[in-house]
Amino acid sequence: MARVNPGFLEEVRRSDEFNASSCMNCGVCSAVCHMGIELLPRKLFRYVLLGLKDKVLENKETVFSCLLCKQCEVNCPAQVHIAENVRSLRYYMNKKVFKH
Amino acid sequence: MPLPIGDTIGILADNLRLRKSVLPISAKGASRWAKGLGLPRGGETVLYTGLMYQLIPYITAMSASQEKVEDSFLAGMVGLGRQVNRLVSISAFMARPPAAVKEQYDKVLRDIAGLLRTAGVEFGYLYGDELYSGALIYDLGGDDLFADHARLVYDTFRKHGVKNVITVDPHTTNMLRSVYPSLIKGYDLKVRSYLEVLAQADLRPVRELGTEVVLHDSCVYARYENVLDPQRTLLARAGCAVREPGESGVFTHCCGGPAESLFPRKARQVAGERVEQLQEAGGRGVTMCPICLVNLRKASGPDLDLQDISGYLSRAYGA
Ligand code: SF4
Ligand code: SF4
Repeated sequence: MARVNPGFLEEVRRSDEFNASSCMNCGVCSAVCHMGIELLPRKLFRYVLLGLKDKVLENKETVFSCLLCKQCEVNCPAQVHIAENVRSLRYYMNKKVFKH
Repeated sequence: MPLPIGDTIGILADNLRLRKSVLPISAKGASRWAKGLGLPRGGETVLYTGLMYQLIPYITAMSASQEKVEDSFLAGMVGLGRQVNRLVSISAFMARPPAAVKEQYDKVLRDIAGLLRTAGVEFGYLYGDELYSGALIYDLGGDDLFADHARLVYDTFRKHGVKNVITVDPHTTNMLRSVYPSLIKGYDLKVRSYLEVLAQADLRPVRELGTEVVLHDSCVYARYENVLDPQRTLLARAGCAVREPGESGVFTHCCGGPAESLFPRKARQVAGERVEQLQEAGGRGVTMCPICLVNLRKASGPDLDLQDISGYLSRAYGA
């Protein structure tokens, strides 16, 4: 059973730039991603919105393998700031997990 | 076993914090390309290399070592490497590029400086005072360290009285033009890529190249900085027939390079797919980013002729 952490979204969100909630779950981003990152951003950002911190932390490799190339972003119908959202997750992991 | 993310970022972050660059190269080595060019030190307008072309031979050598470490028992020892790296730079031992490779990337910078001169642009250079922009640490989410470093870079420009910065690669352009202003209050540098400067200048070719080229746009120029026309204008004016690969312009296919520092194998796979698209389009491959160039070259081997755009432009417009 996944544990829900209601404060997780606020921990990750540094500004209004983190707009994962605009995602319509259409799947375009996963279809066009050259890294074949199936999880990003639909599921990963959904985990953040739902407070599923453990699920996010299980996916460190996915978060750090994103190229920040914005191929998904130029194709996204909901103008989700995918690359900046990924960077927010990296910042969070650097601070809270790797302690940099 | 993949490279441990936290420790690998740690080594790069420690290098930026302690040595002001992700991979330590000496100030002498970084400014060697400018030897004999007589560029003034500093000035209102400077050519800022951001050290990217100079770092590429080291990054290549380093990632070859990392690729060997990835999937081997050594991956588990990167954490230990980080402890040692704080005292002695391990990157300097892991990365020893051959002189011929360094010369190749120095030539890109000399060509760019020559083109700007031909276009009548007056500019200086910061020589050993020039610092890396911090782009890789920003991408990896090391924002606090990056913010301090950005301030240091900005203060260095101010100390030299710089007002206009001419950049040579997309990552540095993006940092100085779009990211630094969001972090530094009162930021007032005017930043343009040399491609934008040259495209606006009334440059006429002294040689018609008559070459068929296929253009690989950088993701950062195309999707972050909207630099799409200058490269096409300059190549077309130089008499090149410019072909577009399967995904081009704002929808350009990434070279895979940004995954290089943590996932060298994945980076190679993405690059291989892009090389296929370039080959299908036909013509000689042209890049405008050192990361794209090195990553695509590694994937293509001798099967595709890939060159930085500066070489073509220098042949066409150079004095
Ligand atoms: S393309 Fe945009 S809206 Fe569609 S799933 Fe991806 S982030 Fe959500
Ligand atoms: S920015 Fe990341 S998730 Fe989006 S297409 Fe590029 S690699 Fe994939």
